[in-house]
Amino acid sequence: MISLTEVSKDYSEKVTIGPVTTQIEAGGITALVGPNGAGKSTILTMIGRLLDIDSGQITVAGHDVVNTPSKAIAKILSVLRQENHFVTRLTVRQLVGFGRYPHSRGRLTLGDEKYISEAIDFLDLTDLENRYLDQLSGGQRQRAYVAMVLAQNTDYVLLDEPLNNLDMQHAVQMMQQLRRAADELGRTVVIVLHDINFAARYSDKILAMKDGQVVQHGTPEEIMTDEILSEIFNTEVSVIDAPGGPLAVYY
Amino acid sequence: MTKQTTEQTEQAGSAAQRRTPPLPGRRDPSDPQAIPTTAAGPSGENPGAASAPESPAAQRRSGPLTDRKHLRTYVLVMSLLGLLAVGFTLAVIFYSNPTEFGSEGWWVILQMRSESLLTIAVVALCHTMATIAFQTAVNNRIITPGIMGFGSLYTAIQTGFVYVFGMAGVTMLVGVPQFFLQMAVMMLVATVLYTWLLSGKFSNIHIMLLVGVVLGGTLGSLSNFMQRMLTPSEFDVLTARLFGNISNARAEYLPYAIPIALAVTAVLWLWGPRLNALSLGRTAATNLGLNHKREVIKILALVSILISMATALVGPMMFLGFLTVMLAYQCADTYSHRLLFPMGFLFGYTILTGSYFILRHVWDAGGAVTVIVELIGGIAFLIFLLRKGRL
Repeated sequence: MISLTEVSKDYSEKVTIGPVTTQIEAGGITALVGPNGAGKSTILTMIGRLLDIDSGQITVAGHDVVNTPSKAIAKILSVLRQENHFVTRLTVRQLVGFGRYPHSRGRLTLGDEKYISEAIDFLDLTDLENRYLDQLSGGQRQRAYVAMVLAQNTDYVLLDEPLNNLDMQHAVQMMQQLRRAADELGRTVVIVLHDINFAARYSDKILAMKDGQVVQHGTPEEIMTDEILSEIFNTEVSVIDAPGGPLAVYY
Repeated sequence: MTKQTTEQTEQAGSAAQRRTPPLPGRRDPSDPQAIPTTAAGPSGENPGAASAPESPAAQRRSGPLTDRKHLRTYVLVMSLLGLLAVGFTLAVIFYSNPTEFGSEGWWVILQMRSESLLTIAVVALCHTMATIAFQTAVNNRIITPGIMGFGSLYTAIQTGFVYVFGMAGVTMLVGVPQFFLQMAVMMLVATVLYTWLLSGKFSNIHIMLLVGVVLGGTLGSLSNFMQRMLTPSEFDVLTARLFGNISNARAEYLPYAIPIALAVTAVLWLWGPRLNALSLGRTAATNLGLNHKREVIKILALVSILISMATALVGPMMFLGFLTVMLAYQCADTYSHRLLFPMGFLFGYTILTGSYFILRHVWDAGGAVTVIVELIGGIAFLIFLLRKGRL
């Protein structure tokens, strides 16, 4: 379980995220949704200890993310940012191999190789594993990054807008693969999403943020109503019943 | 197919680097990790992963060299550089010794030339290790310690001494305690400055580069200003000191410089895997469990030791590190620091000994080695920058 107690981040006098107090249950997919600047990524990166917390406390599976050694956190939690640019040329397999670093400290054992191969296969990158990242399309590259955090084999996986720059097909594939990671591998996936319909279709819980505060936290069924969505996104939204679940229409 | 991972070759240490790494497709029976007893995986793993589909992938291997061709290129470049290095070394030592073979003078000349070669080796080692480590720490392959104003700092310290103490200042700067003092000053200033720049709000490569250039310019003009006030004779002596010069290197520092350089190299070598992870950048490195800020500060401290030592030996060299390291990145094309370090060093050593030999024995201009290497390095830097088109 991830629990946040009075967590806040001050960017300036006027722009403050939080204080946020909430709990994200272990297991399943939790989607963070909300308008731009609501603080979704801020919260996610603070949980992933990529951003310093100005006040409050975050614990992941009982470990305080600030005080626990980074080394230990890396075996519990993995986090992926939107922007990933590496100065080194890496193949897919080399990149995914880095995911084993917290366990192997750079010495890959046969056990590590097994995890690497599994993560690569899991994201359908088997045929591409020896290709360099700069030879891949955006969607394939995004999958390689996700494979890297899956190979890290942590209970908690935090992803910051992994659907960015993905077309329809690859976005759906990515969400299906994350769903499988949650169901088959028992990972707890926390994901920042822009598209409320993706959140509704694939996540177990939706955590909606607005102006630095958590405004809604519940199952997709609870969140997917005209009033709540219109309120969160400051836009007229109507929810209709579609095959596969409720669908928000806002165009 | 069982691919011999080159990560394992890395563990074998530097000796194995020079030898041919085991070929992919062949299993080294002496390698304990090749025995599949470790296949159970590390304990304490997420049990959920066990339910992942079993794949034949257990045989697939990952390493810093992707395939046979990559390995062959690496070995080929290393052997070629090794041969050239040995060739230039022998050429520098034995070519055109004017005295009679075996006579006393012959041995004296031999010793002087060996000292120059040792200096070259130390300088090449310092610049290469420092530049690779620095570029990994700041996650950028363009800026180098030289470009970030280390050289100007050295010039400013030297000029300041001569300015304040006159002719006596020149002699004050020569000597072993002064060597260490100067190293300590540079280390302190550089570590504090770059730590400050890299932490907090300034963790931005453009600002760092700008500050480095401006700092270099400011210190440069400060030195220039002081130099104008010197008497011609003081200025003359100072200029001789400031020009990087391998033939006229301060060999009395070598007994101290060599062990320090080797110790720092050993530490960086041990940190190889950590540097590999750091080269992924702050976010990814933190995700992998590294305390990014602490690691960067540690690396910068080591880098400033190496650079200040090399500078104290032969004067400032701005582009040597950039040149050797760029060539090593191009030819090795790998993330593994334990493969990059030896290649970068061999490039640096070969370039320096080669130009030393040619300039000294062919064109009779031994003093100009560092100038020429800097010229080539500067041109390479410009070409690289223009071709890449961004920082």
